Amino acid sequence: MRALDTLGMSVQAIARNKLRSFLTTLGIIIGVASVVAMVHLGQSATRSVTEQIASIGSNLLFVMPGTAQRGPGGLRTTAENFELADVEAIRNEVDGILVAPALTTSATMVVGNANDTVPVIGTTNEYFSVRNHYLDYGREFEGGELSSGAAVCIIGKTLIEEMFLGQEALGANIRVGRTACRVIGVLEEKGESMGQDRDKTILMPVKAVQRRLVGELDVSAIYVSALVDGTTGLVQDQIESLLRQRRNPVNGGANDFYVRDTQDIAQALESTTNTLTILLGAIAAVSLLVGGIGIMNIMLVSVTERTREIGIRLAIGARARDVLTQFLVESIALSTLGGLIGLVIGVGGTWLVTSQLNMPFVISPTVMAVGFSFSVAIGVIFGYFPARKAALLNPIDALRHE
Amino acid sequence: MTEGSNVGRSATSRPPPYVVEMRDIYKIYGSGATEVRALDGVSLSIRSGEFVAIMGPSGSGKSTCMNILGCLDVPTSGEYRFRGVEVGGLDRDELALLRRNFMGFVFQSFNLLPRTSALSNVELPLIYEGVRPARRHELAMQALATVGLADRAHSISAQLSGGQQQRVAIARALVTEPPVLLADEPTGNLDTVMAEEIMKELVSIREQKGITILMVTHEPDIARYADRVLFFTDGKLIRDGSPAEVIP
Ligand SMILES: Nc1ncnc2c1ncn2[C@@H]1O[C@H](COP(=O)(O)OP(=O)(O)OP(=O)(O)O)[C@@H](O)[C@H]1O
Ligand SMILES: [Mg+2]
Repeated sequence: MRALDTLGMSVQAIARNKLRSFLTTLGIIIGVASVVAMVHLGQSATRSVTEQIASIGSNLLFVMPGTAQRGPGGLRTTAENFELADVEAIRNEVDGILVAPALTTSATMVVGNANDTVPVIGTTNEYFSVRNHYLDYGREFEGGELSSGAAVCIIGKTLIEEMFLGQEALGANIRVGRTACRVIGVLEEKGESMGQDRDKTILMPVKAVQRRLVGELDVSAIYVSALVDGTTGLVQDQIESLLRQRRNPVNGGANDFYVRDTQDIAQALESTTNTLTILLGAIAAVSLLVGGIGIMNIMLVSVTERTREIGIRLAIGARARDVLTQFLVESIALSTLGGLIGLVIGVGGTWLVTSQLNMPFVISPTVMAVGFSFSVAIGVIFGYFPARKAALLNPIDALRHE
Repeated sequence: MTEGSNVGRSATSRPPPYVVEMRDIYKIYGSGATEVRALDGVSLSIRSGEFVAIMGPSGSGKSTCMNILGCLDVPTSGEYRFRGVEVGGLDRDELALLRRNFMGFVFQSFNLLPRTSALSNVELPLIYEGVRPARRHELAMQALATVGLADRAHSISAQLSGGQQQRVAIARALVTEPPVLLADEPTGNLDTVMAEEIMKELVSIREQKGITILMVTHEPDIARYADRVLFFTDGKLIRDGSPAEVIP
């Protein structure tokens, strides 16, 4: 028997019973579509986390007061803030870095009639390179403004849209807290990162925030960027020993500050999303399995229903293996068809969801190949038992079957 | 392709070879009190080119005998040689090849694939032989023309009349040019007019191709088309001779 004829026979049998064939493949369609969509969405989430972390700044270290467990969302305890002298010490004693102080607070911003509560960061010009967030237009802080703590500010794009409503922002006088403040620059658009709108922020000289907004002469965080890739570990060690010396924790106890490498955060988040991807994929795989059982069920019914046909075929010269291959090819054709449709739906669904959620659209040939091969394998595995049942029928019993 | 070039029992110097030889064939269903001896020690031989009718009352073992002759079933005990080959030693696939290459079947209930065209039904045995589509189509059309149904080739088989369906079944049985045709009550589901048409068809095919025909029937009028009648009662072959001798 020619292979093409076997295929033709199976296709005919499938086409003869379109509704049933469709319902049989539905399980596989749903299974493959959900596996493909889930794993792709998981990968897309991982990619989006990685991209966000890269946009925070590369080789970036956060130095924070207090203690923290490793990993995102770890427990924190508070401790005294840093001083500007600490920042100077780091700048002078650790090589190959850029360092920027940050005193973070929030204040009411008033522009004409509009007002809103906005995060304010007191910092220096190093902030732009360290945080990988540069000016779109306007100018940086001048030396005099930094040393005197002048009331000037650089603002993010969201504030331009929400507060200025098309008016020229550059050079405008606004209020931040109780301070009148002149806008000297506008930050480039950065978008959302880790659930935070980075365009809704005001930068001011650190001394201006200390004196005019907070009233304390300290710094709530230090941002450090290693200039050479792969040196963050070394830089971290140096900063830790330096600050330990300077802050001199009681009785040689634990550090009352911590240095966090964004790379670590990225890795932790990535491993979380990877775990989620595997979990979702596994759940989806179960539905694929259920789809396979559906195929077996319908094929068994079909064998019983077509017993007489099988008898006829055996009488006119079909061998057991001809009948076996016919039914096997039928179930493989059904599952393959379901697999293909499932791939299309899965990829389409991934595209839809990622475009709605502003996530990167990731397509992995491996995932598609695995999903598709799975569907074919399910056709073989769950088709074999019914096909064998058909092939082992006794011709005379099959012919007598009503 | 058949060795039976001489038709019927015409006297020649050398008789044609045996196609079928049965020795002491038993077919027993069940055991103990419920035991049924469907065939109870049957021995018979049929030569190439013969047209044999198998008769007998209902339940006498006609179909059972036919199924064993057609290698669709195996006897409980006894020896059965088909064209000189002992069938008892063959496995399922070898029996299937025997049926494919040497036998054509016609059943009382036609047994066509219902939602399939007449042509596809006739092509089916050729598909299992691995014949290419173009050749398959040609042979099937020829076979349909032989039974006078060339114009209904594309009709769905379930939409044909009983007589037409049985003729499609005959075309299907003969399309591979087997030397032996086995028919179990081929006219059983047809009225007398159609039954006669079918019988004339079989007789003419036999004259053209010189094939051996084994046919089960319980109607004397149908049996008279054969040139030899085997009469069964209770699983035993009790009479064997020309229609005139056997049929009262
Ligand atoms: N699969 C089976 N299981 C049990 N008994 C069977 C089976 N097949 C046939 N028989 C019995 O064997 C006997 C012969 O049956 P068979 O079908 O050969 O009769 P038949 O001569 O063809 O009858 P009919 O003219 O009614 O077709 C019957 O008594 C029948 O009941
Ligand atoms: Mg019978």
